[in-house]
Amino acid sequence: MSGAQGIAVPLAPTPASRPSSAGVWRRFMRSGMAVAGAGLLLVVVALVLAAPFLPLSDPDRTDILHRMARPLTTGHLLGTDELGRDLLSRVIWGTRLSLLVGVVAATLSSLIGSALGVVAAYYGRAVDTLVMRGVDMLMAFPYLLLALAIVAALGPSLGHAMLAIIIVNVPFFARAVRGATVSLRQSDFIAAARLMGQSNLRIIATELLPNVLPVVVVTASTSVGWMILETAGLSFLGLGAQPPVADLGGMLGSARNLINVAPHVAAVPGLAILLIAIGVNLVGDGVRDALDPRLRAGGLARISAVTEVAPDRPMPAQPPSDALLSVRSLRTEFRSGGQVWRAVNDVSFEVRAGEAVGLVGESGSGKTVTALSIAGLVASPPGRIAGGSIRFKGQELIGAPLAALQDIRGNRVAYMFQDPLTTLNPLLTIGQQISETVRRHQGLGPRAAMAQAVTLLEQVGITDPAQRARSFPHELSGGQRQRVGAAIALANSPDLIVADEPTTALDVTTQARVLALMNEQRHRLGAALVFISHDMGVIAELCDRVHVMYAGSIVESGRVADVLSRPAHPYTIRLLACVPRPGQARREVEPIPGLPPATNALPPGCAFAPRCDLAIAACSAGAIPMVAVGQEHAARCVRTRDALQEAAA
Amino acid sequence: MTRFILTRLALLVPVLLGVTIIVFVVMWLVPGDPATSILGTFATPENLAKVRSELGLNEAMPVRYAIWLTGVLHGDLGQSYILHRPVLDELLDRLVPTLLLAGASLALCSVVGILLGIVAAIRQNAWPDRVITLVVLLGVSTPSFWLGMLLILWFAVRFAWLPAGGMQDMFGPGGPGEIARHLILPTLALAAVPAAVLVRLTRTAMLEVMRQDYVRTARAKGLREGRVILRHAFLNALVNVVPIIGIEAGYVLGGAVYIESVFQWPGIGRMLVNAISTRDIILVQGGVLIVAAAYVVINLLTDIAQGVLDPRIRNA
Ligand code: SF4
Repeated sequence: MSGAQGIAVPLAPTPASRPSSAGVWRRFMRSGMAVAGAGLLLVVVALVLAAPFLPLSDPDRTDILHRMARPLTTGHLLGTDELGRDLLSRVIWGTRLSLLVGVVAATLSSLIGSALGVVAAYYGRAVDTLVMRGVDMLMAFPYLLLALAIVAALGPSLGHAMLAIIIVNVPFFARAVRGATVSLRQSDFIAAARLMGQSNLRIIATELLPNVLPVVVVTASTSVGWMILETAGLSFLGLGAQPPVADLGGMLGSARNLINVAPHVAAVPGLAILLIAIGVNLVGDGVRDALDPRLRAGGLARISAVTEVAPDRPMPAQPPSDALLSVRSLRTEFRSGGQVWRAVNDVSFEVRAGEAVGLVGESGSGKTVTALSIAGLVASPPGRIAGGSIRFKGQELIGAPLAALQDIRGNRVAYMFQDPLTTLNPLLTIGQQISETVRRHQGLGPRAAMAQAVTLLEQVGITDPAQRARSFPHELSGGQRQRVGAAIALANSPDLIVADEPTTALDVTTQARVLALMNEQRHRLGAALVFISHDMGVIAELCDRVHVMYAGSIVESGRVADVLSRPAHPYTIRLLACVPRPGQARREVEPIPGLPPATNALPPGCAFAPRCDLAIAACSAGAIPMVAVGQEHAARCVRTRDALQEAAA
Repeated sequence: MTRFILTRLALLVPVLLGVTIIVFVVMWLVPGDPATSILGTFATPENLAKVRSELGLNEAMPVRYAIWLTGVLHGDLGQSYILHRPVLDELLDRLVPTLLLAGASLALCSVVGILLGIVAAIRQNAWPDRVITLVVLLGVSTPSFWLGMLLILWFAVRFAWLPAGGMQDMFGPGGPGEIARHLILPTLALAAVPAAVLVRLTRTAMLEVMRQDYVRTARAKGLREGRVILRHAFLNALVNVVPIIGIEAGYVLGGAVYIESVFQWPGIGRMLVNAISTRDIILVQGGVLIVAAAYVVINLLTDIAQGVLDPRIRNA
């Protein structure tokens, strides 16, 4: 997954983990379609296995007097063909043959292909080159044509048709399995097995094969349907099963000329192939979905244009202030697999016109989700705003119509994101990407908008801006890309810029330069700023006020100078210890031991308690309120109150 | 861009060489004496000897390949001993109908497949998505040759709207209108499966792209959903869909064999089936080679299309 939005929703477990077979089975069974397909196939298989014991007439016995009898004729449930042979009997025996051929072909081609793929990837170098060039050569062919050529050379027969189908499908397996194996080959457990002196064969059999098995199963289950259809096709052309023996394709082939007079002769085997293929495809899709780690992690749900809002959300008790931006009791959560992650849990703050406010915290503290909630940009599903109010210039944004939000986004509230390599569209020039927001909100024509884009590029310090406007994101350096991000944010002279760790990916010097530039331009426009960072040092340079976030809540708020000089919350104190002092390398800074709690299982009381040196029993007793510790300075800690009382006593 | 295209063209050479090797090797899998299988069991010893020396059958395999390849490079694909005419002439007569049918099907399946894929993605799990998913399931499960027969049954036999086939001469009287009328049903039959495959892959590609950070950026700029989907999401999805169109070209060229047989279409596919039943090995060899070459060229075109779309690919 692209880790869209950098939200700390723990989705899939470790990528290398093998799907548990119980889990796979559960997911498969949950898909009604897959189960229906499996049921259909079971019936078909049971029927063809029972064929010798069923009271069927001989499929090859001709009866010219009763040729081309319609279905439901006495003695012939499905009618007869052009030689008077019983169609019910023929279709059951034909299905038996088609299924057998399909299963054998799939088994053999997956075995041979997987073996080639594993060997190529495991031994690498010359072996790999040799095998994969061969595979490439075979895949340069339209595969049905290759099958045809092989049958043409060997001569028509069902065995040759099957052989041809096997050969043309081997490359697909080889390629898929090689891809899966190559990524495993470098992994630790293979290296460990090598160090332990295990033989290559043993490593392949015990370590590699079990891990690439899901790939083999997925490829096989999605291609067995093709193989049945392809073999039927060859028989249809008269190149497979030879009369009087007929598989389903052969039956269709001989019915071809009867389409005017007796269409049912073709309909019977046609429907049989259709049913088998539907069954196989449903099961194949079910297997693929059950084994696919991406789908396991909650699926490829389409992300809507605006964050979903809970209809029955609680409204904040406090009335909104008249600040530029007033966030009250915001709750944003993620729902996945029956769990709820409370990423933002009752957050309130405000931003006055022209002011710079910092949100600081570790990753997963909810600062990014808070910022994205402002313009409804939290990915949904799985995100949703469960409560609170966000007022921007007096207008309520939570639950506002999409069109109204779209008029504000990029216009009055502009965003600047982390890592512009993924946040800029790789296929459009940066000029196009800047000018499209200008055109959207200022109603300029393409030329005027592009001219303005060039001006903006110049303002953010890009040299040779007219030339650069024609570049694509990948052609720029990280610092230049981030300047482009700034240009997009500044394009419509917004009232508020929301910057989410915009310089984290840059080296220290470039970071300082981009920040200085951003601040200068912001002041020129008189725009307010919400700046998100994990780095207290950067916040200190840019912001007037700061809110420290931990596990979805604000734990300390105040003017930057106050918080820096008199931090009141133990977490803030630890965070400040992470800020490198001059002359001290960043790496020597002691990180905070332990991890923040997962927001789907927040402890009662203070979420920091497990990591806090000062924790006492009262910390975990219940919700802890913000306590004022100075002017416009407050912290959410029971010991702060103690400390205050001690000071007062 | 020019450099990108030139590189791709240069890479074409080994691929085409590989194709000739495979065609050559496969054709000499023929059991028994090739000269006998070409001329039939009643051939005179003189004729057998003539064929043997023409094809270099007395030489070693690599020498034979070299002789054959030299011929191919000079436009000499050999002689059909059944039709008594040069293989190349026969192929050229039949290439246009096949390319017409394959091209029409490829165009149809691309347009329909991509459009429905987008609709299914942006209406995910709503009724349009469910209907499309069902149709796609039917599409990938129906053998194209049976679909062709059904189309004939309904539209040619029952309603008599369109001809059931029998297109004999592409350049005969009737002109383009006549060709188009004959083209509709086989094109539908041939396009159904690849269209269904493309719907699936486009849908998945769209859903994947819609999760990318740059789509969020586009929304953060306040762009309308139409623009977000078409210019930001779809354009990126297309980069992944274009190579699939190339792969589907392979399906269409191969599937043409069935469809041409069902609809009596005067193309290479039907010629191949006839040639196989008459054991006209040389003709089969030429037909397979020319269709495979067409496939390689189509894949070159999709490669280039990908480069046009994606600056990272063309500058790589
Ligand atoms: S409330 Fe208790 S556990 Fe939480 S920060 Fe304060 S002292 Fe530590």
